Amino acid sequence: MSTTTRERIGLLLVALALIALPFVLAMAGTAWVRIANFAVLFVLLSLGLNIVVGFAGLLDLGYVAFYAVGAYAYALLASPHFGLHLPFWVILPIGASLACLAGVILGAPTLRLRGDYLAIVTLGFGEIVRIFMNNLSSPVNLTNGPKGINRIDPFQIGPLNFSASDTIGALVFSGPIKYYYFLLLVLLAVILVNRRLQDSRIGRAWVAIREDEIAAKSNGINTRNIKLLAFAMGASFGGIAGGMFAAIQGFVSPESFVLNESIMVLAMVVLGGMGNIWGVIAGAMLLSFVPELLRYTVEPAQRALFGKLLVDPEVLRMLVFGLALVLTMRFRPAGLWPETRHRRELDENRA
Amino acid sequence: MLAVMELQVHYGGIAAVKGISFAVEENEIVCLIGANGAGKTSTLKALARMIPSHGEIHYGDQRIETLPSHELIAMGLALVPEGRGVFARLTVAENLMMGAYHRNDAKGIGADLERIHALLPRLMERRNQVAGTLSGGEQQMLAIGRALMGRPRLLLLDEPSMGLAPLMVQKVFEVVRKVAAEGVTVLLVEQNARLALEVCSRGYVMESGSITIADTSAALLADARVRTAYLGE
Repeated sequence: MSTTTRERIGLLLVALALIALPFVLAMAGTAWVRIANFAVLFVLLSLGLNIVVGFAGLLDLGYVAFYAVGAYAYALLASPHFGLHLPFWVILPIGASLACLAGVILGAPTLRLRGDYLAIVTLGFGEIVRIFMNNLSSPVNLTNGPKGINRIDPFQIGPLNFSASDTIGALVFSGPIKYYYFLLLVLLAVILVNRRLQDSRIGRAWVAIREDEIAAKSNGINTRNIKLLAFAMGASFGGIAGGMFAAIQGFVSPESFVLNESIMVLAMVVLGGMGNIWGVIAGAMLLSFVPELLRYTVEPAQRALFGKLLVDPEVLRMLVFGLALVLTMRFRPAGLWPETRHRRELDENRA
Repeated sequence: MLAVMELQVHYGGIAAVKGISFAVEENEIVCLIGANGAGKTSTLKALARMIPSHGEIHYGDQRIETLPSHELIAMGLALVPEGRGVFARLTVAENLMMGAYHRNDAKGIGADLERIHALLPRLMERRNQVAGTLSGGEQQMLAIGRALMGRPRLLLLDEPSMGLAPLMVQKVFEVVRKVAAEGVTVLLVEQNARLALEVCSRGYVMESGSITIADTSAALLADARVRTAYLGE
């Protein structure tokens, strides 16, 4: 069997598994389908951040700001808050564009910064956006402040309402399952775009900037535009994910967009393997699912063993997280599934 | 080909280059020698528009002091930066292709790859090796090769001998000589004054931001001030 045939069969099996997954998860409870949805959202976020951090090498600690912009754009345009109820296929592009704009606004003044300095400014930017959302409730009530915005419209495609269940034959398509399939389609599109970007002229320019900016400039790369493009593209993906988050959750508040979320997404990118799309996806999946597994296993296990709860799963989650990151940095410094360039370099250093 | 008038570079309040003027003619190899901190690298960076500066920079019949750095390579002006600046995680071949980033004439790029193959055969044996794993000398060769992929008419070379073993320095300078023989004009910044003057036809001596002596290489090599200050005699 040739490798391409084998690859095709492999891909087909993965596709079938992904299509069947929500029904399998639904057997364990709809909560698990929701968890899968949030995992896909985090994959989308990680892929967006990977453009900025992995491809272009710009350390961004405020990425959640773009997620927030997308989420609030959706919330404001499809909720009773302003009485606007635009369809999702209108809002998602608007959210992406606004996030893109936010990306350029963040990118433009930080073009000269690198490394730690850039990290600090982006961290500040993320906080500014969150604090704005928190305080823009007076004199004009734009964001409803810390109370957030609720009763956000779900997706609606013709008669298909994403908050209700539909039954086709023996299969029950619950709301989360419909979102799951939609997310899967978006994910597929984002992966395709990412792959094309990576192999493009732009992708090569990003790598050059990451490696040496002066050399990149003297090779004729317009570093300013190419960096802004990285910020803008990464932000747009964040904005799309944010819009879907708002619809799935039905509620947004500034609390969802704290610094911790940015760090979480960054951890997914770094743990999985900066610059490698598949590694980033694996990292996001791992860091999304493992904490949930812990939540559902640690507590019952402790009760069964000791009769009471000794360690809160939430505490354990951070512990496992820290340990996972330390172990990764120690044994696989380029990530679990690194970009071939990183791996090549490390292998040759070892040899 | 290149004429610089009253070039000044400031870092904050500190003047690194204090209004220097000099010229490089077509097909010349000219060097800028001087001690650490004399302003040589600042001069070169200003010419390549990597840092802001005052004064006029004429390149051919154009003024380039207002242009952004990335537009210069298409005009035939390439910088090989101090510390080489190879793309460490890219292979040798990928590095060379980055040098042709602004071009889209596949045939010409292929021909230039052949040319560089002939110029740097040892480097091309390692075309699939990651640049970060090359030796310093090989990285310097690669940086020069990459700049050549942009088909420059004027090559700005910043300290090609930096951190290299003496034997390797000889080899790098041999390459510089060959490049110049192919018709590329070279402006070389070097701390290793003797070597630089041996390769170049003319030289400028820089001292704390100003050009103090300008003469032919032969005259500079014979100059008592140069001999005591830069040739260690």
